[in-house]
Amino acid sequence: MNISNHMKLSFPSISTNEGFSRAAICAFILPLNPTVAEVADIKTAVSEAVTNAIVHAYPKEPGTVYIDAKITDDRRVIIKIRDTGIGIEDVQQAMEPLFTTSTDERAGLGFAVMQSFSDRVRVRSAVGKGTTVTLEKIIHSAYDEE
Amino acid sequence: MVDLTYSNGALTARLYGEIDHHIAPRIRSEIDMKCESLRPAVLILDFKAVSFMDSSGIGLIMGRYRCITLLGGRMEVVNIPPTLAKIFTLSGIESLGVMK
Ligand SMILES: Nc1ncnc2c1ncn2[C@@H]1O[C@H](COP(=O)(O)OP(=O)(O)OP(=O)(O)O)[C@@H](O)[C@H]1O
Ligand SMILES: [Mg+2]
Repeated sequence: MNISNHMKLSFPSISTNEGFSRAAICAFILPLNPTVAEVADIKTAVSEAVTNAIVHAYPKEPGTVYIDAKITDDRRVIIKIRDTGIGIEDVQQAMEPLFTTSTDERAGLGFAVMQSFSDRVRVRSAVGKGTTVTLEKIIHSAYDEE
Repeated sequence: MVDLTYSNGALTARLYGEIDHHIAPRIRSEIDMKCESLRPAVLILDFKAVSFMDSSGIGLIMGRYRCITLLGGRMEVVNIPPTLAKIFTLSGIESLGVMK
């Protein structure tokens, strides 16, 4: 599996960057000629992971959110969303649908959305060190489907 | 974001653009302000012009459902674009019986 393209981004954990990160990922995968549904899936999954880093990782003051995205020869998109925030104590529990630690109007569905909108989701987290979410999705060519 | 119109006891919130964590609090306060002053019998959330929504939008819908129910009104969700069908299905909002 060879990497055919690679990009990195970092930005402060402020909410204006949610839209920015979706637009950036969208532009990055466009050369693969994805379907409208595939673009929507990737944008939604990335939005969930980036929003989590912005909402949960840095409760005291803004920190940095890192995105590392790769495209492989076999049309796989691999996106890492990383923060160096508070981390998650129990990842399995955090990933359960409807689980939330937020007192805001949060549905607790972010991880459930990531899982259903991508082919694979991996979460690595350490309390006090931060969290890395890796999303993977194969993009089938829009031309192939005609 | 959102355009609000009121007639005959119905408050219609026409949402547009992208609904995420950045914009959801502003939509929430606009709708809640009008709900509290007008006390509509029905709150209609119209998604026709929404191009993107993530789980922050689900939280927004659930929150408005609680809010309008507490005020004694009911809620309807209309015009879900095909691109949002998947997240609505996953959200469980369909089980509230508000989808028209
Ligand atoms: N990057 C992160 N750093 C620290 N905690 C996190 C991070 N991402 C997720 N969590 C924890 O996992 C929980 C579940 O996340 P999930 O995205 O599923 O739901 P939510 O963010 O609470 O609500 P929603 O995504 O529906 O708005 C969060 O409430 C939070 O406690
Ligand atoms: Mg979330």
